[in-house]
Amino acid sequence: MKTSKRIVLRFPQRLVDRPIVYHLIRDFDLAFNILKASITPDKEGLMVLEITGEREAYDKGIAYLNEAGVKIDSLNREVTRNENRCTHCGACVTMCPVDAFSIDEDNREINFDAKKCIVCGICIQACPPRAMELHF
Amino acid sequence: MQKTLEEINQRIREGKAVVLTAEEIVGYTREKGLKAAFKEVDVVTTGTFGPMCSSGVYFNMGHTTPRMKLGGGRAYLNDVSAYAAFAAADLFIGANALPDDDPRNRIHPGEFNYGGGYVIEELVAGKDIRLEASAYGTDCYPRRRLSSYLNIKDLNEAVLFNMRNAYQNYNVAVNLSDKTIYTYMGVLKPNMGNINYCTAGMLSPLLNDPYYRTIGIGSRIFLGGGVGYVAWQGTQHNPGVARTEGGVPKGGAGTLAVIGDLKQMDARYLVGTSMLGYGVTLSVGIGVPIPILSEEILQSTLVTDDDIVGTVIDYSSAYPNLRPGAVAEVTYAQLRSGSVDINGKNIPTASLCSYSRAREIAVKLKTWVEQGKFEITSPVAPLPGIDSGLKVRPFNERPLGDTNHHIL
Repeated sequence: MKTSKRIVLRFPQRLVDRPIVYHLIRDFDLAFNILKASITPDKEGLMVLEITGEREAYDKGIAYLNEAGVKIDSLNREVTRNENRCTHCGACVTMCPVDAFSIDEDNREINFDAKKCIVCGICIQACPPRAMELHF
Repeated sequence: MQKTLEEINQRIREGKAVVLTAEEIVGYTREKGLKAAFKEVDVVTTGTFGPMCSSGVYFNMGHTTPRMKLGGGRAYLNDVSAYAAFAAADLFIGANALPDDDPRNRIHPGEFNYGGGYVIEELVAGKDIRLEASAYGTDCYPRRRLSSYLNIKDLNEAVLFNMRNAYQNYNVAVNLSDKTIYTYMGVLKPNMGNINYCTAGMLSPLLNDPYYRTIGIGSRIFLGGGVGYVAWQGTQHNPGVARTEGGVPKGGAGTLAVIGDLKQMDARYLVGTSMLGYGVTLSVGIGVPIPILSEEILQSTLVTDDDIVGTVIDYSSAYPNLRPGAVAEVTYAQLRSGSVDINGKNIPTASLCSYSRAREIAVKLKTWVEQGKFEITSPVAPLPGIDSGLKVRPFNERPLGDTNHHIL
């Protein structure tokens, strides 16, 4: 059975120069999509991945990451829209890197597709009436 | 053939007026022909909803016991400074005002999550506002300090005043530099990564009456969900800009100063708004009815987004340095399609004003007129037109001598 999950990986400094994610593909046949990647000033690496693959392979891959010393959290943040505050201006549309916002041609309102959202947060500050909210 | 305003108002009073929005009139006239449409249609309603920075509210809060002279003192509403340089019990709060401890742009780009625009939204929504004030005390107004909740329902008058609104067309913004910039036209990505615009196009009031034939001083309008009036031409009113053959200005031209009773307005149409890295403002809903007094006036309400041209300006260099020159001209139909081609590059577009809410305002105003609740006024004086010679001038800077500096 296929599974697809979004997880947050935290790489301690001693691991940042090891090709960990590469092994996920080669050894476990998992597909991954990098949603966010950064290295903090104290050289800890952070990566948000969407991993897709067979359930068994996925579990093995996670076990491999654990063993290697990567700290794993599930991605439990989400961006939501406060419908009472949204004025449907559209300032968000070109800000979103994954086209989660679209214009409804009929009523000229702005649709927000939370399924596409990668929780990058760019829309939150760029929204003029501050209708986009981050939830933990 | 002409119609008089009195005839139109008579039909409004009888509930018989034929009213269409600025969107509806286009197809209607195409179908019926100009002459027949002119005979039938009494009023065309327009609407716009977007950030309008030159907005403010003044109010009279009644006298405290003992009396206190706010004029010349200091006052804060929800920590946002209000202007306290009028008489004893009047305050004015501007949409752009910020709390003293807001970091502004010290940490760039500043978020500006709260300010005058939000106070105005909360006030009109009927929420309690914290008032803290101090004054110097006089023999007749001895009180020096006041801290109290304040609510719109207890105020003597609460008035929305906007000194420059409903811009007749506006700049279309891009960023030619290689880094992201934060402007009142929104976040602009480097190398023309996006293009932002901010008019309601074919629904926009002054684009449907480009020569100010029906809109003038004293015009009764939809303002912030209630009834307001055009008080004067807005500041920076600039009727002489380049126009298309159809008379539509290609950039910011006419503006309106408007006024209305805040107590009957609605927070749906007065929304506190933040522009990342720029500041706080207020999004305002305005709708203007256009009485169809002549075929000429009807003709001008047939304007569509294809007919409205926006001038694309570089906000990374040309705009801040007040340098003339446009990157391109695009129609609002192109802008609304989601992307435009400039110099062979396909650029995604975004709007800063809400077209759906502009449409909602035009429909709401239409309903008011149809139901006989909203009669059309004749302006008591026209707005300065294209022959007025009136135009916006840049600041005439005459630097002070070294010995004349006092503050900086």
